Amino acid sequence: MIRDAKLWTWHVLAGLVIFVFLGLHMLIMHLDDVVNIASLNPAGGHPIDWANVVARGKMIFFPVTYTVLLGAALFHGLYGLKNILFELNLGDGVKRATTVVLALLGLGLFVYGTWAAFASLALARSL
Amino acid sequence: MDFANVKEVTYRVRRFDPDKDRAPHWEEYRIPYAPGMTVLDGLWLVKELHAPTLAWRSSCRMGVCGSCGMLINGSPRLGCNTQICELETTTVAVGPLPNFNIIKDLVPDLMPMLETHRQLLPFIVRDDHEEMEKPSGEFWQSPEELEHYLQFSYCIKCGCCMAACPTCATDPVYSGPMPLAQAHRYNSDSRDNGFTHRRQVLEGERGPWRCHFAGECSRVCPKGVDPAKAIQLMKRELVADYFKLREQRCPARLAETPKGVARREGIPEAPAPTVR
Repeated sequence: MIRDAKLWTWHVLAGLVIFVFLGLHMLIMHLDDVVNIASLNPAGGHPIDWANVVARGKMIFFPVTYTVLLGAALFHGLYGLKNILFELNLGDGVKRATTVVLALLGLGLFVYGTWAAFASLALARSL
Repeated sequence: MDFANVKEVTYRVRRFDPDKDRAPHWEEYRIPYAPGMTVLDGLWLVKELHAPTLAWRSSCRMGVCGSCGMLINGSPRLGCNTQICELETTTVAVGPLPNFNIIKDLVPDLMPMLETHRQLLPFIVRDDHEEMEKPSGEFWQSPEELEHYLQFSYCIKCGCCMAACPTCATDPVYSGPMPLAQAHRYNSDSRDNGFTHRRQVLEGERGPWRCHFAGECSRVCPKGVDPAKAIQLMKRELVADYFKLREQRCPARLAETPKGVARREGIPEAPAPTVR
């Protein structure tokens, strides 16, 4: 069993990853007037213009960062939820079941999200 | 509130006798007030005038022993260290410390806290067993090294921090601020080498990980100890250890017996040890 010291450390590190990648998302999608990264919005105009969305979709950078962000967000959120639930004075059996359910839920969502991210890459490249 | 003309105060005391009562209940008593009275003094008057069976713990009456921790007007405090006039009301509500089982009236069962404290080895742990069993001298420690743990060593184990901790209120597995702060106190002591032993407990779910940093433990501590800080420092130390970044240190060495010095005149001999 992974000890709480390790889980908590990765919880904090996942928070840091979320901070960095959400910051990147804000820069690209919402602060383009302030920090215009031309290579990420090559068609000019608004970041959610169709041409820009397709252009970004063809870059491997985005599915990779989406996957990292998804993994970090799922771990951070589900570990936080687990801690909240554990503070409800649950029995040992319920605790074990909660851990297993949350781990399977996180794993399932991660696999599904990763598939979706790389499927979007294939789709964009086919256009 | 001006207490100059106050002659009487009302004590609302949480009573519970496990042999008679199914649940705790409140009882009210009127007692005469005199300037300088502490909450503990008032309890003695209640016992003398109205309720001879009223039970609580107290000993030193000067904020040193940590026996008289109780919930006073909603806040965990020491009865002996709390003047009635500083409560700024003539109604004093006194209950047992929350987050503990009640033995009787105002007497909380501190044993779970003390048992956890014991499991975290609240003493100097060293590998030189012979020196620990038969000490031959003192260990070197600089004033800077002393500062690392000094404030945490003021803890009197009264349990007020445990009573104020919101995590302790819901999570019986969490060790709580007092045992964790004391574990950090010894981990920070340059004479100690017991980190790896304490880590066995601290790395698990009884460690500092459930602390939300509400800071109530530090706010209510009657001795000005900052357990919340100790817990955050402990987290940092355990994370550094996980990444193999914790500074490995040798525990302080024995101070050599001074040579070439003479005893000054007039200094009496130390009394013989009472325990052999």
